[in-house]
Amino acid sequence: MTRLAYYPGCTLKTKAKNFEDSTLATAEKLGIELVEPERWNCCGTVHSLSTDDVMHHLAPVRNLLRMEELRDAGEVDSRQVVTLCAMCYNTLKRSNTVFNTDSDRRKKIRDNMYKEEKEYSGNVEVVHYLETLREMGWDKVKEAVVKPLTGLKVAPYYGCLLLRPRGTGIDDTDNPTIMEDLLEALGAEAVGFAYSQKCCGSYNTVHMKDVVADLAYKILNNAEEEGAEMLITACPLCEYNLGPIQSEVEKKHPVFDSIPVVYFTQLMALAFGLGEEATAFTGNTPDPRPLLRDKGLLEE
Amino acid sequence: MMENNAEYVTIYVMGKKHEVPGDLTIMKAMEYAGHQFTRGAGCRGGFCGACATIYRKKGSYKLEGALACQKIVEDGMYIAQIPFSPAEKTTYDLDELRPDANTMLEYYPELSRCLACNTCTKACPQDIMVMDYVQASLRGDIEQAAKLSFDCISCGLCAVRCPAEIVPYNVGQLARRLYAKYIDGPSQHVLDRVEEVEEGKYDEGITRMMKASKEELSELYNNREIDLK
Repeated sequence: MTRLAYYPGCTLKTKAKNFEDSTLATAEKLGIELVEPERWNCCGTVHSLSTDDVMHHLAPVRNLLRMEELRDAGEVDSRQVVTLCAMCYNTLKRSNTVFNTDSDRRKKIRDNMYKEEKEYSGNVEVVHYLETLREMGWDKVKEAVVKPLTGLKVAPYYGCLLLRPRGTGIDDTDNPTIMEDLLEALGAEAVGFAYSQKCCGSYNTVHMKDVVADLAYKILNNAEEEGAEMLITACPLCEYNLGPIQSEVEKKHPVFDSIPVVYFTQLMALAFGLGEEATAFTGNTPDPRPLLRDKGLLEE
Repeated sequence: MMENNAEYVTIYVMGKKHEVPGDLTIMKAMEYAGHQFTRGAGCRGGFCGACATIYRKKGSYKLEGALACQKIVEDGMYIAQIPFSPAEKTTYDLDELRPDANTMLEYYPELSRCLACNTCTKACPQDIMVMDYVQASLRGDIEQAAKLSFDCISCGLCAVRCPAEIVPYNVGQLARRLYAKYIDGPSQHVLDRVEEVEEGKYDEGITRMMKASKEELSELYNNREIDLK
């Protein structure tokens, strides 16, 4: 077992339990123990673009410090911290970059973290679970597959925060292949579509649901036109804005056919044959199980 | 006045200079200087949280907090009392709540403004990891929020320092109530005791105490059984 520091983020403990459950199970199957530190806080949620705003870096930097403490305590084997939520990934990674490249802001961040147990050195590498898989090798992932997802047409939805800005993203900003590579290893058919990186509407879902429903309609409809039967995502907010929002989409666009949206880790858990608790499909709206049963990938 | 051989130190109470014995607590030093507490003093034992105080030491830019009944004065302290911190305390029916993040956010939505700056933790005279329990509440970890906030005495220093204007001690109290009701469950010894009270087991003793003289009460108090389990 390789022990890696793991930053869950708040949403994975509440609305996106299915993302966490499926991830922990698949990691274990692949010989990775994801170690969650006892203390962690909100990632900071949105990276602050304002150069004089130091306060918003305290939360992410404090989390990176917790990861460093895990390593110092000998509880993990690497300087990497694995993230799942695309928002957490983006926020932690960009603050880490600010901390390590901008000495003025680093000093201010440290000044505002006075009188604390330890100082963050900057020596943590923020990665996304997809990167961990790529680093391990798609062959290794393929070896863990006991039930290939043959015949399942899946559209990988990247959204914004996994790929942007350049230097932060986990793959080529314009032509990413990391989720396609994963789908291939799982035996599924990846369906490319033009809107795979179009913004889901993000937090506008709180106060402008109809705008987000229109965006979801365009994205989902585009994927369906290309032949997709399902979408995968790596972001709880994207999942919410494309999945549960479909009841709103149906009201505005009567011709719309609903389409399941799941976390990439849930399809991994399915292909690895890890059972219901690991796939955790009960947490998804719309329910992906009827489709998977039709495809012969899930027992009745 | 009792004789005091301690070295004298200079403190400033709301800007006014006083020479006081250096081994007194802030509260006793203020009384020594002639102040009489009508608010901002309670148990005098560090348990009730009534005597929140802020101070700065000469030559330091740091604003610090303490309980006046616990903190010993230091030379050059500028002191001000915060006997009451205005706070929005929401009302709720515990029977209708669920122990999760949504409940915490419904009653204290300002929780989501937490920047994890840790100012609350640094302000806490009880050395509680305040920010950590605020963050635990935010992600619905009610058990951790309840356990981390257990020693809170609601003095209010965290609330007056929080840049996000959160009132952590009310958040912690809600978490502890949710934890007690839904996660830890009722304690059998409390249920047993309530039954005994209802059956009138203690009526006679209470009546006897209510009629007792001051001397008899002192005798009872000084020889009471202390259960430190």
